[in-house]
Amino acid sequence: MPKIIRKKLLINIIAVVMMFLLLCILFDTELLGRKAAYFNGLVTIGMFYTIIVCSLNLLTGYMGEFSLGHAGFMSIGAYASAIGTTLISNRTELPDIVLYIIAIIIGGMAAAIVGVLVGIPALRLSGDYLCIVTVAVAEIVRVILSNVGIEEITGNATFGKSFAGIARVSDYHYVFITMIICIAVMYSYIRSRYGRALISIREDRIAAAASGINVTKTKVLTFTISAAFAGVAGAIYAHYITTLVPTYFNFSKSSEFLAIVILGGSGSMTGSIIAAPILSALPQLISYVFPDFASYRMLIYAVVLVVVMIFKPTGLFGGKEFSLSDLILKPKSKKTQVLSQKVNQE
Amino acid sequence: MAEEKIPVLETKSLGIQFGGLKAVNDVNIEIYKGELIGLIGPNGAGKTTIFNLITGIYTPTTGSYILCGKRMNGLKTHQVVEAGIARTFQNIRLFKKMTVLENVKVAFNKNMKANLMQSIFRTPYFWKEEEETTEKAMELLKLFKLDGFADQFAENLPYGKQRLLEIARALATDMKLLLLDEPAAGMNPVETAELKESIKMLREKFGIPILLIEHDMSLVMSICERIYVLNFGEILASGTPDEIAGNKEVIEAYLGKEDEDEGGDV
Repeated sequence: MPKIIRKKLLINIIAVVMMFLLLCILFDTELLGRKAAYFNGLVTIGMFYTIIVCSLNLLTGYMGEFSLGHAGFMSIGAYASAIGTTLISNRTELPDIVLYIIAIIIGGMAAAIVGVLVGIPALRLSGDYLCIVTVAVAEIVRVILSNVGIEEITGNATFGKSFAGIARVSDYHYVFITMIICIAVMYSYIRSRYGRALISIREDRIAAAASGINVTKTKVLTFTISAAFAGVAGAIYAHYITTLVPTYFNFSKSSEFLAIVILGGSGSMTGSIIAAPILSALPQLISYVFPDFASYRMLIYAVVLVVVMIFKPTGLFGGKEFSLSDLILKPKSKKTQVLSQKVNQE
Repeated sequence: MAEEKIPVLETKSLGIQFGGLKAVNDVNIEIYKGELIGLIGPNGAGKTTIFNLITGIYTPTTGSYILCGKRMNGLKTHQVVEAGIARTFQNIRLFKKMTVLENVKVAFNKNMKANLMQSIFRTPYFWKEEEETTEKAMELLKLFKLDGFADQFAENLPYGKQRLLEIARALATDMKLLLLDEPAAGMNPVETAELKESIKMLREKFGIPILLIEHDMSLVMSICERIYVLNFGEILASGTPDEIAGNKEVIEAYLGKEDEDEGGDV
């Protein structure tokens, strides 16, 4: 491992640990008092939003294909993991952490399997057509979930009517660590030969093939990875909310994820990481801070989207990454970069 | 000695039909080791279509093409590259939002071995391979005097350099045959001279056979050993530059018949 990378890694690890400690101080002490539970919830939701938005960014930003069905993959992860943990905890008592890990693995695997099955035929398409297929898949999943049931869990009813009593194991400590791992995995995927191949496909599919890249394979692999992380996010959601309804995972949820990706900047992981928690919490925060305006919260959300799109059409980060370690190691490099860019333009 | 006589690339009555149009028909081309072959012809003659056929972008409707004794029909583009044919494009196709270095590194992808797990967990092997690939890519860039631009986005390169980068990227695929599609198009005379030097250098250094589509006749005539002339999708003539330059049919294909000139279009 090159020296500079080791340094950067160290800085990032320190930053992550500090974040973690900050959360611990906020939620595990009496600092916030009774409000702690409320903010704890916002943060946990923000964290699984971060995972799913990053996973969608993998498709939208790096592969250059839109998916409007990510809520579908999320629901697969959510239901599969919830069924799994409910069946397990009906039989044996397991500690929370074990149950949580099982949930994450089941959720990720289930979504990945569906991702492969959908991806292999669907990724022959691209652009608008692929987009429509993803919508269709998500809707199919939703309708199926609304109409089937498992006797041991839901009795005679279907998942659409009742699926409550899922073990609440998505503790924010675990979720935070999961989120960091997910982001790290996706980031190193992008910064490897696989990611390079992926971005080259986005830039020019034919040239990528003519450079020896197996376009279909790379696309299916990425689609699967993306679906898997959406499933992980679903598993976290299920074990935090503890009650699932198929209608939560509808089209507008998918488009919300996509809106966050675009807003943060497609092709920028840091953009997604910053935009996801803010936008997922924004409606809640508005109604919390201005109770009088609570009914206008979705309007304000929409205004934020429109304003950003007008003034920064490429999203907040516009395909660039924010790097803490660059900021610390060579604080002047940014200025010189901007300068050299200006020189180039002239 | 027997091996010497197997052509690197051989097309056997290669052809493709789009609807009723025979875009390429009954084309027989042979390229031997170390040769630099020109492929010329008027616009729309089917030169680029031949490239697209050979690189698997189109599937031939008739005939076949053979690389070093291996039949290549039906292979996908990336498989063709793996077998050893690399190409550049008429209208430059670079990965614009990737750096110059990354553009070349992408083409090394097929020879890299680090699997998904090694890449994600950043094993020592991953780092070693990345470093080696960067070194190899930088060497290639140096050959084309592009090493100073390594960290720039490809789209910010001047036009002539973009052409060279495309050739560098093609070379990175470690090929047996290089196809250059109008590398001098849109270049100024200085850039063309630079390109000529680069092509000469390629041949000396790598000894790879090159099939070159080009409209710049002085370039083609001065560097190619043999030339194929294509017109309406068929081979009109082939031979050394001198033979081609004196060939009446070729002149007609480019300029029209003499007696038609007088009453020509208004």
